Amino acid sequence: MSLSNIFTISGSAMSAQTVRLNTVASNMANVDSVASSADQTYRARKPVFSQMMNDSMREFGWSNASMDDSGAGVGVKVDGIVESDAPLQPRYEPDHPMANEEGYVFYPNVNPIEEMADMMSASRSFQTNVEIMNSAKSMMQKMLTLGQS
Amino acid sequence: MAISFASAFAGHDKTLEFRSARAAVLANNIANADTPNFKSRDISFDSMLNDASNKLQLAGTNSKHISGEGFSSGSDALLYRNANQPSLDGNNVDMQREQAEYAQNSLQFDTSFMFLDRKISGMKKALTGN
Repeated sequence: MSLSNIFTISGSAMSAQTVRLNTVASNMANVDSVASSADQTYRARKPVFSQMMNDSMREFGWSNASMDDSGAGVGVKVDGIVESDAPLQPRYEPDHPMANEEGYVFYPNVNPIEEMADMMSASRSFQTNVEIMNSAKSMMQKMLTLGQS
Repeated sequence: MAISFASAFAGHDKTLEFRSARAAVLANNIANADTPNFKSRDISFDSMLNDASNKLQLAGTNSKHISGEGFSSGSDALLYRNANQPSLDGNNVDMQREQAEYAQNSLQFDTSFMFLDRKISGMKKALTGN
């Protein structure tokens, strides 16, 4: 029954968007985490989404993934989290306790405006998937009342 | 005259199946709205109808031969949507369009459901006779 598939699909999307919100929270929390060398500095983290197919669903432990619909995807998964390779911001602050020998501290490459936009996009997508789930739920509940009136 | 469910329901039971399958496809499009290189998909009623009518039939040379349906010989009923606008990450999900299609699909589901419901209550009325 494909209506119950919708719960798995929207559920996977909601968990993916939660991971995205988590990375945003981590990036915003570390927006001023300085370090004295470039390789120790925090870099902005971004999730990579990919389409989930039937076989990978079962791999992920979603047991009720249906076998019948071939070709159609069955949700979204987080493939991994990558670190942004945007340039870091070295600043000349010789009085800073973390400053290196040349007097530089390294600030992360987190762009707060980009993160805020990402956060809004993630929470809107989350809401949309909740609505889809609600509407699928009411379709299923209606189905149960067939022939009762 | 025998009561035939198939003719009484006039295909609306199949329509409910189609609507719920389409709801799953549209939900998948919305779920993948932020996935790079995802192309949005849809099932059209026409393609599903063609798919059903292109099914290979068993040849019957005698009236006592059992009729049967084979596998579909046509292509998959699941098609790719023509995007209005390409995007940099290769994703072509148009959120507004998907939401509109989903709403329309669930309304059409309700329509078929109501039709079936009324049919069943009509049959019940005919059976009880009061």
